[in-house]
Amino acid sequence: MKHIKGFFIHLGLIVLCIFCMLPFLWLTSTAMKGASENIFQYPPVLIPKYPTFANFLRVLELVPIIKYAINSFIVAFFTVILNLVFSALAAYPLARMEFRGKNFIFFMVLLTLTVPFQAIMLPVYIIVLKMNLVDSVSDTMGYLGMILPFCVNAFGIFLLRQAFLTIPKEIEESAIIDGCNSFELFYKILLPLIKPSLSVLAIFTFVGSWGEFLWPSIILTKQELFTLPVGINELQGAFSADYRLIAAGSIISIIPIIVFFLLLQKHFIKGTNEGAVKG
Amino acid sequence: MNKSFKLTPYIFLLPAMVLLLVFFFIPFFQTAIMSFFDYTKEFYNPIFVGLENYFTILKSEIFIKSILNTFWFLILCVPFLVIFPLIVAILIDQKIKFDNLYKLIIYIPVVVSIVVVAIAFKWLYQPQGLLNYFLGLFHINSVPWLTSPKVAMASVAIVTIFKGIGYYMMIYLASLTSVPKELLEAAEIDGAGEIKKHLTVTIPHIMPTIALVSTISSISALKVFVEIYVMTKGGPLNSTKTIVYYIYEKAFESLDLGMASSACVILLILVMGFSLVNIFCFEREKYGL
Repeated sequence: MKHIKGFFIHLGLIVLCIFCMLPFLWLTSTAMKGASENIFQYPPVLIPKYPTFANFLRVLELVPIIKYAINSFIVAFFTVILNLVFSALAAYPLARMEFRGKNFIFFMVLLTLTVPFQAIMLPVYIIVLKMNLVDSVSDTMGYLGMILPFCVNAFGIFLLRQAFLTIPKEIEESAIIDGCNSFELFYKILLPLIKPSLSVLAIFTFVGSWGEFLWPSIILTKQELFTLPVGINELQGAFSADYRLIAAGSIISIIPIIVFFLLLQKHFIKGTNEGAVKG
Repeated sequence: MNKSFKLTPYIFLLPAMVLLLVFFFIPFFQTAIMSFFDYTKEFYNPIFVGLENYFTILKSEIFIKSILNTFWFLILCVPFLVIFPLIVAILIDQKIKFDNLYKLIIYIPVVVSIVVVAIAFKWLYQPQGLLNYFLGLFHINSVPWLTSPKVAMASVAIVTIFKGIGYYMMIYLASLTSVPKELLEAAEIDGAGEIKKHLTVTIPHIMPTIALVSTISSISALKVFVEIYVMTKGGPLNSTKTIVYYIYEKAFESLDLGMASSACVILLILVMGFSLVNIFCFEREKYGL
């Protein structure tokens, strides 16, 4: 009985895993078929007869995918760093200090969580234009335009506030007796204690920023600043005649994030619930 | 206590507050203000028209269709995203071998950019594509996945479900650890079968998580955009045009910021409703309320 149950559980999960991999496997298969193989062949062939990497090399030659990946990395990296710094700074007084207007600020930050970015993006776009944070001014300004609107996030503030709240009061008191001021207390004593939450915030902010499509697609005008999602979407127009190249470009683009995920899998599994931040 | 000590909390809060002011609160009010202006005659000198945009938009067939489409999309994907990941999580939670490998593979679509997932599905959905081939094996007629106005939205919903299963599964897995094992054992002793055991013990115990998944998946359904932009561009015959897609078109293609802003305000009210329920009913602990 136990064995039969186990068999069906594994069977069900294996079918689901195949379903989860199928779109990517089929894309890889298409990308590895050479010009001599018909990609619309019937019945479809999963393993190419003459597997080739030619499409990968060709798409890398024609489209600056590596540059897109570097752009995505720059944007994601600085978005993460600024989020960590600003969220931690804001979370600390909200968790551990008493001051006038604390409740007001608390609820204002909470309010931002209920408003979707899409509903306020038009004025954000106008503000970013007025501040010259666009790629037509300079590359740096272009990057800033992609980073700054997302460099503080209420999820992060609340996540870190909860982490600060779990630290016992005695640790803080003894540090104050030892002569620490608020800033020393913050970065020497408290910040190291919330490292697990900081890493959860870092990972989920990174993945969110890396996959972001709508905002960069609105503000970017120069191809040199395209991030991966924007650049990969453009492949569809550029190579509408040859899905092999679209497939090859798409597969190349997901390698970095899959490696990142596999390296940090434990944190992802631990953090989904705590983070619950979704792009 | 000296004066500098009293300033300290505000100094810590300052950078985050300035950024929220510039990139959240100002745009928040500006959206509302812009919705009272007409930008179509003179883009740089919009005319105040009061509630005119709202009257126009609520009479606009395409906008009403976009709202209905958005809710149709929500109905198509939310039940799946609530129930299916729960079943998967319960299966993985059975202390089976390779559980970590299963979790890993099922989570991969979550980390991959939605643009690539949509491109991959567009390829599967080709008229002579892999999915229609599989259907053919069971003697089922080809489905016009993205070309029929009746089917297109369901095809988009499949992509959203595909991308979401792993995420919600992880949320369920975390909450399943809190189900008391003794209760499950007691149910077993009482002669409850596998399915009944979970229906009577597990489900009631994790009801708050089920409610949480329902609201967050509803919120993301209301905001759906990228899948549609990559796969159908709102077509065929506006059958996949959703609220955010409507906003995008009005703002960036017709440059009609007034109408786009009034659509934004309507989206905002819808999403805020769900979010407030979520925060004040299901996530109080997380936000320390």
